[in-house]
Amino acid sequence: MSDESRLKVKLGLDVFKPLKEPHIKIRPGMEKDGRLRPALRICPAGLYTERSDGGISLSIDGCLECGTCRVGCGSDVLDWNYPDGDAGVQYRFG
Amino acid sequence: MEKFEVIIAGAGLAGLAAAYTLASQGTEVLVLERGDYPGAKNVSGGRIYLNPIRGLFPGLFDEAPLERFIVHEGFSLLAKERAVTLGYSGDELRKEPHQSFSILRSKFDRWFAEQAESKGAMLLNKVRVENLIEEKGRIVGVVAGGDELRGDVVVICDGVLSLLSEKAGLRTAPLPKNYALGIKEVIKITKEAVDERFGLQGNEGAAHLYAGEVTKGRFGGGFIYTNLDSVSLGVVIGIDALLKHEELDAPAVIDSFKERPEISGLIRGGETVEYSAHLIPEGGYDAVGKLYGEGVLAAGDAAGFALNIGFTVRGMEYALASGCYAARAILQAKEGGDFSSRGLSVYRNILEESFVLQDLRNFREAPRVIDNPRFFGHYPEMIGDIMKDVYGVPEGPKERLYLTVKRRLSLKELWAIFMDLRGVMKI
Ligand SMILES: Cc1cc2nc3c(=O)[nH]c(=O)nc-3n(C[C@H](O)[C@H](O)[C@H](O)COP(=O)(O)OP(=O)(O)OC[C@H]3O[C@@H](n4cnc5c(N)ncnc54)[C@H](O)[C@@H]3O)c2cc1C
Ligand code: SF4
Repeated sequence: MSDESRLKVKLGLDVFKPLKEPHIKIRPGMEKDGRLRPALRICPAGLYTERSDGGISLSIDGCLECGTCRVGCGSDVLDWNYPDGDAGVQYRFG
Repeated sequence: MEKFEVIIAGAGLAGLAAAYTLASQGTEVLVLERGDYPGAKNVSGGRIYLNPIRGLFPGLFDEAPLERFIVHEGFSLLAKERAVTLGYSGDELRKEPHQSFSILRSKFDRWFAEQAESKGAMLLNKVRVENLIEEKGRIVGVVAGGDELRGDVVVICDGVLSLLSEKAGLRTAPLPKNYALGIKEVIKITKEAVDERFGLQGNEGAAHLYAGEVTKGRFGGGFIYTNLDSVSLGVVIGIDALLKHEELDAPAVIDSFKERPEISGLIRGGETVEYSAHLIPEGGYDAVGKLYGEGVLAAGDAAGFALNIGFTVRGMEYALASGCYAARAILQAKEGGDFSSRGLSVYRNILEESFVLQDLRNFREAPRVIDNPRFFGHYPEMIGDIMKDVYGVPEGPKERLYLTVKRRLSLKELWAIFMDLRGVMKI
């Protein structure tokens, strides 16, 4: 199994409630900023991907709300928040 | 507009400890939690030490949902192709009261919340505290779920990222060197398999830490803790190390750890039932934020109370204790009717006299000493090589042991070891 599909299977084990809106956004114009690049490797859910134009995009479904991208990339490039109540990951074991 | 005596943001261990203590003394307390239930957003390796906190919550933990009491401690240096392991068990670990237990946070936090509620605390789940209300330089309440809620004092217990401490001016933006990423899987195997594979009986448990190749020789490590019929398996990697070393890919680190022959046998046939990730404060004493301000206090991870000294990672007792101490400080401030920072400053004094700040101060140098690449890369390989030579039996005659070891330990190497030990002596 490829690393990517293995990760998908693992995320599929978790309980996620739908997000009304993305709680983490790449700040406009920062898609190609060097500070965002590590996000491709450091996000434990693998949610950051590189687009064909070299910019980075984030697909928020599966976010574990860990904050690694916030600490690793910084608030200049990411507008980071927790989701509202009644949304996002709900751990059954923790 | 609703008004409460105390508002607590976050129903983790710190928040619930504060709520339990305050409610036990008849104080009106509201706890706001963004998860569907307490524990829904929380991750821990899952090893709690009860000795330092039993006295703060007399009798409370007798009924707690604890998984197993730890009687086997293991530490392995993982080299690329071999491992060297040190184990410890002893009668003292089997005697009651047991010093340490494995726990699963969604169970534990839910149970603890029920205890706090039974004392009279009010808990609202599925409500995120979005902001703090500040008036004339003083925190007078919170904005949560779109509503304004007022309180004499607000206790910030929102965990490691503590967005609220930043808003309150108690902390500045986080520095990568002060945090580590923890990634964890809960893997179901039967109770019999846990007992057999780890050499346990009844409710005995094992805790095993791994350093070295887990994080490709970078700052961090791996862990396995036994639960009743599952294991908690995970890896911890410093965010600085993750950023600096491009060969590290977070999701792959835990997969390669699981594939190690030392690990794969322990989880054989097991089924992963949850995959989680969370940050850990790793900066120690020097990364502790301001602990209180006008009308506000911070406790637990939100204040930076956690300690990694290599073979133990602790945060839960500090969260429970600091939550309790925050409550005691509030009770004292309430007597004097003064919730200003002057009235709340007693919180710092209580913490200074307790194991919380004393531990953090005693191990102040630990983050710097542990952040030594030789510990994670060089020593596992070197010690592994020595073991290979010592245990190996060649076709021909076997060299004298002294010569075997000496070959690996040149004068230059001995000097480097001496210098590393001088560092270790600081902790
Ligand atoms: C992988 C890993 C392994 C660990 N291993 C161990 C170990 O073996 N032993 C140990 O002692 N410690 C360990 N720790 C550390 C330990 O888990 C923490 O120190 C401890 O959980 C801190 O408790 P807390 O109450 O301060 O924070 P948390 O338990 O994080 O609780 C914070 C709470 O606040 C809520 N919250 C956050 N923001 C808001 C908001 N805006 N509004 C409402 N609610 C909010 C969260 O949902 C959460 O319930 C580990 C941590 C990790 C990640
Ligand atoms: S919070 Fe964690 S899981 Fe979510 S996007 Fe950031 S790094 Fe990935």
